[in-house]
Amino acid sequence: MIPASFDYVRPQSLEDALARLGEHGDDARVLAGGHSLLPVMKARLADPAVLVDIAGIEGLSGISESEGGIRIGAMTTHAEIEASGLVQEKCRSLAEAAGAIGDLQVRNRGTLGGSLAHADPAADYPAAVLAAEAEITVAGADGERVVGADDFFTGTFETALGAGEILTSVRISAPAARGGSAYLKAAQKASGFAVCGVAARLALDADGAVESIRVGVTGVAATAYRATSVEEALTGSAPSAESIRKAAAGAGEGVDALDDFYAGADFRRHLAGVYAARAIGKAWIRASGK
Amino acid sequence: MEINIGINGESRTFDVEPRTLLVHLLRDDAGLTGTHVACETSICGACTVLVDGKAVKSCTVLAAQAQGCEVTTIEGLADGDQLHPLQEQFWEKHGLQCGFCTPGMILTANQLIASNADPTDEEIRHGIEGNICRCTGYQNIVDAISAAAAQMRD
Repeated sequence: MIPASFDYVRPQSLEDALARLGEHGDDARVLAGGHSLLPVMKARLADPAVLVDIAGIEGLSGISESEGGIRIGAMTTHAEIEASGLVQEKCRSLAEAAGAIGDLQVRNRGTLGGSLAHADPAADYPAAVLAAEAEITVAGADGERVVGADDFFTGTFETALGAGEILTSVRISAPAARGGSAYLKAAQKASGFAVCGVAARLALDADGAVESIRVGVTGVAATAYRATSVEEALTGSAPSAESIRKAAAGAGEGVDALDDFYAGADFRRHLAGVYAARAIGKAWIRASGK
Repeated sequence: MEINIGINGESRTFDVEPRTLLVHLLRDDAGLTGTHVACETSICGACTVLVDGKAVKSCTVLAAQAQGCEVTTIEGLADGDQLHPLQEQFWEKHGLQCGFCTPGMILTANQLIASNADPTDEEIRHGIEGNICRCTGYQNIVDAISAAAAQMRD
């Protein structure tokens, strides 16, 4: 399987890349690691006339500390995020989501920015960036803008990225003094994609009560979402295994779940509750240092 | 378009269409047919090669994306007549039946051992998740990788 013909450009600066996108409009697509875009092009589900490869642009890759949190360049690979001590320290759920993607070879090539921009409803990162309240920086002809994770995923394979824009980096805030996070998923056995993936990031106060918690769910619905009823039920009191299990059951309730040959909608909603309980429980244990 | 790629230590120049996949450049233009094509959907791992030391599925990489990179294929692993420890141990432990997945398995294992000199069987199994053996002969493949790691530690 070979993609349809296209022109390939490899600009050396962000300005040049944005100019190329502006020049070709809807006919152009941004190429990052290519592990979402190339399969789609090989299947002839997309046939852009021009690919703008952003691999040659300096500064789009790498992980650095930023105001106590972390900044991750869009071209940083899943393997780099999985292995990063800084990501493991600041936002373990993101490192776990990266490590849960595909296989070794896919993690060596696939990138954070590419995966987020592709917005596959069964991808792992959406749950993690929703739970981490990540800020996604996007560059366009008129300069940069920052999109909150809550506003980024707008539909199946649809995001807040506008025409001619390039996702450049993702920022995650500093973890709380007593904070913890975790990502767990039930994977489709053949593809490895999430049938249900849940990320939880929480902060405890001095008395052990939940000060704040965010729960992101992927693979269950047409778009990744936050389980806000679960967050509300757990905020303000000290959790227990029982209270987490009870609250987490709401993660799939009322959700218009995906339904396919591999997992029916009822099963997906059930999984959301089970995996929310496990992910929140793990994050809680990490936060409380137990 | 013209691209320059290092293949098994030799600098090469090719004139290719932008849509040429790395696996086809290696097989059809460079004549290195040890890299196999099977699923063509980045699932099976038969097309795995090393790009700058990292295992990648060459059916999902454009040749153009490998511009300026150093690619290692199965043909580049042996040192003259001296087989690489992985090749030797796949032979020794009977780590292949039909042999179709073997080049990909060996190159993935190569990166695995480079980053973890003494992997457990569980780590090996996790590491080769992206390589499918259609003969299902995984046990001997794991044994071969484990033995190669031991040989490389000596």
